[in-house]
Amino acid sequence: MYNFFDQLILTLGAWVVGLVVACGNGVSKFCCGQPLSEAAAHNVAAGTEIVLICVTIYGVFALCFGLATWLERKMLARIQNRYGPNRVGPFGLFQFVADGVKMLTKEDIVPARADKLVHFLAPAVVLAPALLMFAFLPFGRNMAPTNLDTAVIAFFAVGAGSEMALFMAGWGSRNKYSILGAMRAVAQMISYEIPLVLAAVPVVMVVGSLSTSQIVAAQGADGFLDMSRWFVWTPWGFAGFILFLVAATAESNRCPFDLPEGESELVAGFHVEYSGFKFALFFMAEYIGMMAMAGLGVTLFLGGWHGPKLLPSWMWFMGKGFLIVCWLIWLRGTLPRLRVDQLMAFAWKAMLPFALFNIFTTAVWFHLPKATLLQSAVAWLVTAALVAAAYWVVSRFVCRRAGALRVYHYAS
Amino acid sequence: MIQPLTMPEQGYTLTPKEDAIETQMLEVSMGPHHPSTHGVFRMDVVLDGEEVRRLKPVLGYLHRNHEQLAEKMNWLGSIPFTDRLDYFCSMTNNWAYCLAVEQLAGIKVPERAEYIRVIMAELTRLQNHSCQAGFLLSDTGAWGTPLLYAFREREKILDLFEAASGARMMCNYMRFGGVRADVDDDWLAAARKVVENYPCFIDELEALITGNEILLARTQKIGILPRELAINASITGPMLRASGVDYDIRKVDRYGIYGRLDFRVPLGEVGDVYDRYYVRILEMRESVKILQQALRDIPEGPSDAGVKMRNFKVPVGDGYGRIEGPKGELGFYLVSDGSTRPYRYHVRAPSFINLTILEDMCVGHKLADAMVILGSVDIVLGEVDR
Repeated sequence: MYNFFDQLILTLGAWVVGLVVACGNGVSKFCCGQPLSEAAAHNVAAGTEIVLICVTIYGVFALCFGLATWLERKMLARIQNRYGPNRVGPFGLFQFVADGVKMLTKEDIVPARADKLVHFLAPAVVLAPALLMFAFLPFGRNMAPTNLDTAVIAFFAVGAGSEMALFMAGWGSRNKYSILGAMRAVAQMISYEIPLVLAAVPVVMVVGSLSTSQIVAAQGADGFLDMSRWFVWTPWGFAGFILFLVAATAESNRCPFDLPEGESELVAGFHVEYSGFKFALFFMAEYIGMMAMAGLGVTLFLGGWHGPKLLPSWMWFMGKGFLIVCWLIWLRGTLPRLRVDQLMAFAWKAMLPFALFNIFTTAVWFHLPKATLLQSAVAWLVTAALVAAAYWVVSRFVCRRAGALRVYHYAS
Repeated sequence: MIQPLTMPEQGYTLTPKEDAIETQMLEVSMGPHHPSTHGVFRMDVVLDGEEVRRLKPVLGYLHRNHEQLAEKMNWLGSIPFTDRLDYFCSMTNNWAYCLAVEQLAGIKVPERAEYIRVIMAELTRLQNHSCQAGFLLSDTGAWGTPLLYAFREREKILDLFEAASGARMMCNYMRFGGVRADVDDDWLAAARKVVENYPCFIDELEALITGNEILLARTQKIGILPRELAINASITGPMLRASGVDYDIRKVDRYGIYGRLDFRVPLGEVGDVYDRYYVRILEMRESVKILQQALRDIPEGPSDAGVKMRNFKVPVGDGYGRIEGPKGELGFYLVSDGSTRPYRYHVRAPSFINLTILEDMCVGHKLADAMVILGSVDIVLGEVDR
């Protein structure tokens, strides 16, 4: 029963592939009088599989995008003592459908002096890398869309493409707010890409592979106790996870790093001149990028699709991913925004040294003996001490607290 | 022209080549339609990268001839218009105008009315400062949460205003020699309850955000207003006190019954955005104390002096009535020629005068800081433009 649900999507996929091949055979017999050759049948099956994977990813994550917007609005509303959307469907769950219809039917305004081509292309260019990032994540048991040996690198490389799109949007709009927002976006995303990648390096070092499937495989089986093998429970893994989350927040332009949009000063930043569905595409890219980042975080540090056999593997993956998304929403409801120079200082002065030191810590962990429980405990404590020391040094000497609470006096 | 950069520690001077990258200032017109200019306010900002080099406030988008209107209207007629000056604080606006007229006409206000006025004014201060903190935090990017918490509390106070005056924002409540309608014991009980619970909200707000690292980084040492400049620019209210000047008209003039009430005046030391934010928080705590005393001591008696409003005339002369409004010194300068209308009517609007110093505070800071500094001034455009 468990296996049925666990592999449900694959079974359905195999059934559709079989159906398509059978149809192909039928058509071939009708036209040529003989079934498809073995090579042709193989090609048809492979092609169908690719189409199916694409359709599934687009479908599932477009739906997830809708749910995430609903979740964000609802959670923010509850944090802020409001109701949030509650008119369309149960609990306002179909609000995103109404939003989509609204966006599609709105007028598409292009500024008169905009660079028309760049302005038109930017929303498409921003969405493509966000969607492509999902190609490298294993969603469940036997459910990796691609089995690339360099999946982690490919993920970051593809993700970096969105910077260009944001700058295209800002530049093409010919608007001062846009250009400021685009400048901020490029500076911010390039700065935070470095700690983001460095935060993932320890995992790659320990696993010895850049393949996301192997990284997941290295993080244990499906028992309750196997959860202890998630990398987040090791000191370097925990530090890396925190670094990764912070950098991913900045990378997906989420509060408190939402400077490119900078609502209070730049109105909407790089997408201030976009309306209708082009705006929706930016919105979609932001959310899908955020979910992809959450997915990579789950893959690298939270054991990927592994989890006790209470839920199918893909549900574990989705659940963990949404947990990270919820965390991001919670941040947005709570924190003020950093200023542009503070943002840069934080990336270069706090996160970069800490991430570099974390790589060293991981090397120490890698070489310490962990054969017995006692040795493992010693290794854990040593690396924990190293992480704490690194944190202390960075917070005390490199990137210090910006302010302190003050004591006020009263007029006599 | 790029200035040579002297580096004393390294012991040499960097002189950029003339053909170094040529940069340009970016002139941005922010407003009048902008999410965080607090209404129809415009700033012409000249930016060098992200840094503000020049900033020109442009006002007048909400000008509606308030002073001229009042001069064409009888004395009583402009009370509802004063509501619309600073639409967050209609009660204190009413009071300042009534105080000026009472001075001119020599009207004695009964005890109970004075207490009611103090209660209304301090409730106004509470809700104004709460919302101001919320708006300021929204400007720093804390997306709405503190603001909506403040609005939740403001609702309770507006409910009290509605129960007393019939209107939530445009209260039109005070009259020459008292208030328009007395409050009953149920109202006082409800007000006591709101006041008792108010410190919980202030604690909640503080726990949510005051110690927040990002907030400290965004507000401390930003937009410093030195003591001397603040005095010279005629800044008043919490903004002046945040710069360390002990000047509270409730203490200086002791108008109404403030002389009898026990409260303290919090002072800042640095005069930056954080001081302005926190002085307001402390003022709210003092306001709660004032309200507790006033609600405890309020006497029985008439709630107005029984001044005949029909054909109301004021002796020849001029008078200036001022109160410590939530935003600063709110004054009304009135000249009477003995007729049923003021000969000259002038509003000293604290929002407007506090705004004049904006450029001095913003220059040299980042664009994002300019918005936070503007938020810390606490303006309402209805009062700035009149």
